[in-house]
Amino acid sequence: MLEFVNFYLIPGLVLGSIYALGAIGITMLFGILRFAHFGHGDMMTMGAYVALAVVLAFGLPAMWALPIAMVLAAGLAVGIDRLFYKPLRSGPTIVVVIASFGVALMIRSVIQVVFGVDVESYQPGFQRPVFLFDGSIRILPRHLTIMAVTAGLMLALHLFLTRTKMGKAMRAMSDDPELARATGIDTGRVVVYTWIIGGGLAAAGGVFLGIDTQLTPMMGWNLLLPMFAAAILGGIGKPFGAVVGGLVIGCAEELATYPWLGDGPLLEPSYKSAVAFAILVIMLIWRPTGLFKGRVF
Amino acid sequence: METVALGLLLYVVALLTMGGIYAVLALGLNVQWGFTGLFNAGIAGFFAIGAYTSAILTTLPADHSDRVFGAELPLPLAWLLAMLTSGLIAVGIGKICLRLRSDYLAIGTIGIAEILRLFFKNEAAVSNGARGIPQLPKPFEHLPQPWEQLAFLALVIVIVAVLYVALERALNSPWGRMMKAIRENERAAAAMGKNIERRRLEAFVLGAMIMGLGGALMAHSFKFIGPEATEPLMTTFLVWVMLIAGGSGNNRGAIIGAVGIWAIWSLTEIMTSGLPPEWAVRASYIRIFLIGLLLQIVLQRFPGGLFPERSAVLVQADRSKRAPAAAE
Repeated sequence: MLEFVNFYLIPGLVLGSIYALGAIGITMLFGILRFAHFGHGDMMTMGAYVALAVVLAFGLPAMWALPIAMVLAAGLAVGIDRLFYKPLRSGPTIVVVIASFGVALMIRSVIQVVFGVDVESYQPGFQRPVFLFDGSIRILPRHLTIMAVTAGLMLALHLFLTRTKMGKAMRAMSDDPELARATGIDTGRVVVYTWIIGGGLAAAGGVFLGIDTQLTPMMGWNLLLPMFAAAILGGIGKPFGAVVGGLVIGCAEELATYPWLGDGPLLEPSYKSAVAFAILVIMLIWRPTGLFKGRVF
Repeated sequence: METVALGLLLYVVALLTMGGIYAVLALGLNVQWGFTGLFNAGIAGFFAIGAYTSAILTTLPADHSDRVFGAELPLPLAWLLAMLTSGLIAVGIGKICLRLRSDYLAIGTIGIAEILRLFFKNEAAVSNGARGIPQLPKPFEHLPQPWEQLAFLALVIVIVAVLYVALERALNSPWGRMMKAIRENERAAAAMGKNIERRRLEAFVLGAMIMGLGGALMAHSFKFIGPEATEPLMTTFLVWVMLIAGGSGNNRGAIIGAVGIWAIWSLTEIMTSGLPPEWAVRASYIRIFLIGLLLQIVLQRFPGGLFPERSAVLVQADRSKRAPAAAE
């Protein structure tokens, strides 16, 4: 039982937090700009490598580099939108999806040119787990930090969306863009804020993944499928649905490798992403609006 | 001197062969995206299923290989079965995703490509795992150089030509016009009693079958298929750039785009391979960046591509202009 919590549930929640941070951006962009952003995984990679640059330049620990990376990545996300997505906004949205495919590749190749293709890490070394509840629960300090900071970011996002004028405008635009425009909401500013939030949270997810494992140029691209599954599971346009979706998918992927039947893992770890795909397919068949009544386009 | 000329000839032949195989893939994508507006982000998956099906059906497992299954079917039959398998997968994913907007199909196809990649990487009993399947038979391989390569190129050209003629006919048939009608205005087409989901599925499956054929051709051209061949970059992205640059909706554009982009891709590789090793690796990523940038420029400045699709109204006007002249 304890082994289950320590080696399956906690890693599942950590992975789920990382998925959730990316899926929030995906679901908000899908809700507000109405396109599936295929560059989002690579925006996470971008955030992780920006933090790596800060770590290398100033010798800071990765957690201290996080806020700087989030701000820089948010700025880069707004710039990418200006350069590559905004000019296409008047046409069919699917063209923007194609452009986002290209952006994904461009981000990755810039990283490969600057940092090379080798695996990087923020600080090499081994962390000793801390013991909670008389030593029965073992948890790595970095896992604790990741989950705590993610929870803090979610709380901040919740307050922003419910208490500020801009947050309300964003929700209004996600519900009905025509009506939002008619009521005098500055849709251009809403878009900029969406990219700031999406890009910043994506960077946080990327940095956490880098802290938890390693940095590779493909790290973000490989998250794309589970993050889309999380966004659809939670319902498109619902940031907190995406959080739930991310946690569910992260846990499902880890728990699927638990030896539920017999001695071996139920599912070979190499097939983890098949779990996300299976959930995605079930949702698309059974309930494309997601668990929390999101939108379907 | 003669060896230089021969080397040059072989290079040009190889360039055109690969360009031709990419043209097959681009024609497949054109059926899905150009004719019907279906966004397939998992070309690599359909490519892989075609390549592996054909590879498994034409070679027996070698000694010490992890592979269990294998057969020695004649190539044309194996290629046909490769197309069928690819089509079957497309039926499955299409039935799930085609009810929803194109973005969902993109997500679904990315998923299927990823699952297929994992499957071929891990299931050594089927695919021989990371080591891949070597020594595939290649048509005309008993001929002496350069006739072997020339004959294979001729075969590829014939396949592209047959596909081109068939697809042009399909596009100008009632079926093709119906497809365009659905793409342009789904509701109006539905109001005219067209079965939209069914037609979309037809186009999606047809395109996937052509992509499967492209995969099989590629595998036999290299005489090898391994899991790295299904990386999303080389196949999915390159084929998208080819079709968009050439002109989506236009079969001629798809073919010219495929050969043109492949020529740029492959010639720049020669230029960067002369650099010192530490620069050569970086330069290869700069090439990828530039291909991405090229896509953005085409999307923003030349949305129709090099050879934009000719609208049905213009084609009709041309015809009626020509018709009286012929009557005189």
